[in-house]
Amino acid sequence: MTSLDLSPAPGAQPLPHMVAAHALMETRLLLRNGEQLLLAIAIPLLLLVGGAEAGGLIDLGPGRRIDVLTPGVLALAVLSTSFTSLAIATAFERRYGVLKRLGASPLPRSGLLLGKVASLLVIEAVQLSLIAALALALGWRPSGGVYAVAAVGLLVTLGTSAFAALGLLMAGTLRAEATLAAANLVYVVLLAAGAVVVPLAKYPEWMQPVVAALPSGALAEGLREVTAGAPLGWQRLAVLACWSAGAAAVAVRTFRWE
Amino acid sequence: MTAPAVKVRDLVMRYGATTAVDGLSLTVETGTITAILGPNGAGKTTTMETCEGYRRPHSGTVRVLGLDPLAQHRELSPRVGVMLQSGGAWSAVRAEEMLRYVASLHASPLPFAPLVERLGLGSCGRTPYRRLSGGQQKRLGLAMAVVGRPELVILDEPTAGLDPQARRAAWDLIEQLAASGVTVLLTTHHMEEAERLAAFIYVVDRGRVVSSGSPAELTSSGARNTIRFRAAPGLDTASLAAALPAGCTAHEYAPGAYQVDGPVTPQTLATVTSWCAAQGVMPESLAVERHTLEDVFLQLTGRELRS
Ligand SMILES: Nc1ncnc2c1ncn2[C@@H]1O[C@H](COP(=O)(O)OP(=O)(O)OP(=O)(O)O)[C@@H](O)[C@H]1O
Ligand SMILES: [Mg+2]
Repeated sequence: MTSLDLSPAPGAQPLPHMVAAHALMETRLLLRNGEQLLLAIAIPLLLLVGGAEAGGLIDLGPGRRIDVLTPGVLALAVLSTSFTSLAIATAFERRYGVLKRLGASPLPRSGLLLGKVASLLVIEAVQLSLIAALALALGWRPSGGVYAVAAVGLLVTLGTSAFAALGLLMAGTLRAEATLAAANLVYVVLLAAGAVVVPLAKYPEWMQPVVAALPSGALAEGLREVTAGAPLGWQRLAVLACWSAGAAAVAVRTFRWE
Repeated sequence: MTAPAVKVRDLVMRYGATTAVDGLSLTVETGTITAILGPNGAGKTTTMETCEGYRRPHSGTVRVLGLDPLAQHRELSPRVGVMLQSGGAWSAVRAEEMLRYVASLHASPLPFAPLVERLGLGSCGRTPYRRLSGGQQKRLGLAMAVVGRPELVILDEPTAGLDPQARRAAWDLIEQLAASGVTVLLTTHHMEEAERLAAFIYVVDRGRVVSSGSPAELTSSGARNTIRFRAAPGLDTASLAAALPAGCTAHEYAPGAYQVDGPVTPQTLATVTSWCAAQGVMPESLAVERHTLEDVFLQLTGRELRS
């Protein structure tokens, strides 16, 4: 038997190292999960191809179809990863005692959160690159130049933070099965009624203020505006910032680790 | 004399109306193995989890390595290895991957291959956690508790559901930990295990310590040992009781079957045989029964199962 020196030598890795290790772990687990991949990659890409081809099925309003469709699909990808996937994964981590066990490890809670965010950003980078590449191949012609790229970055970051706060709020309070159902339901409802793919202007007039105040509406509408060369509206940022701050404040108070 | 590794004083823990821990005190000396024994629901896990910083004491104090497990959690967590009673890993994570991940959080983790070999995790290293057998999950949990080279390990039922080989491997590891200067606090339902491993045992019931001591102390002092023998029925047990040292009792529990209870010493045995000689009877099937820790445990915690 190989000898094993068990004498104590305790110590934690530096925080950035632990955060990276955690982010890597979560990313690997997500990439291994077929359903999550379907949600994160396959559905947005199919929607892009299907939406671009199936001309008259859904009226997207004025403008070239692919130019209207692409920012909506980008927003959908952000929604699926930073809300639905995060909520479901975290709820099951809670259920299986992973959060509890990690609570006894050297990784602090802040590190756990940072690791999750880092993993989200990596996955979103992959999603957005794939969607953008396919859209460009399908004829997408975004305008706005460098300014639009920066504005997309800002919107995606704020959108991720709002959805992630909402996802964690759900995962930390509901049971795992309830989170699974509710997170998917919210995804479908927002896809249908949250101005994700269909532009805000196509909704009945009375609904528009409500939908614009949803995080999905603000993110997708903002992305459509900036990739069409319009300036970034402060209302879009304000809506996302409010959802982020509000959901985070409630999540911090209500999150149960077990 | 070094300060104790764990010091719990008058701990009370409640879940709503249930009092899970009710004024429990215990001390774990540095470098020793201490076992908590107790029936299901006695409050063992709750006590340990309070030491691990998961719960705030309702009242009482808990110090681990001299620190407050809640307020000084950040400082404490790298120094304490924890094995939960169950769970603690992602369902899709591979056994090896999980162990490497936990190792990667620590500054100088144990070398991977020898640890995997010691706990027999090699053959299931690529298996997702949800497909590991119960015993394999336990072994992984134990590996995760020790991989960071902690000063103190807190193990909740580390050998429950292990096969005999795996249990022996776990025992060897736990004994080697103590020999290497690691303090071990564990819970178990196996008396044999507590007797073999622990220098000190706390028997806990309904959230209180009902007895404590070394295994030898628990089984000898206070424990009522027994001498049984057969002889002609109807002997005068009152005269036998009178001849015996104080604290011993004698009775005929079935016709011709006699039993002496009490602190059984060579003196007690000699008294029984000389009394038989004086009665002119031959004691047959004479047996001294030393009570095991299990008998002590059952005496202390009641013979009936409680929910
Ligand atoms: N999270 C909880 N919420 C409510 N009650 C709980 C909770 N955890 C434990 N209890 C109750 O507290 C008591 C002590 O439970 P604990 O898990 O500490 O027992 P234990 O000694 O570890 O038992 P076992 O040997 O079965 O593991 C039990 O009555 C249990 O029902
Ligand atoms: Mg328990």
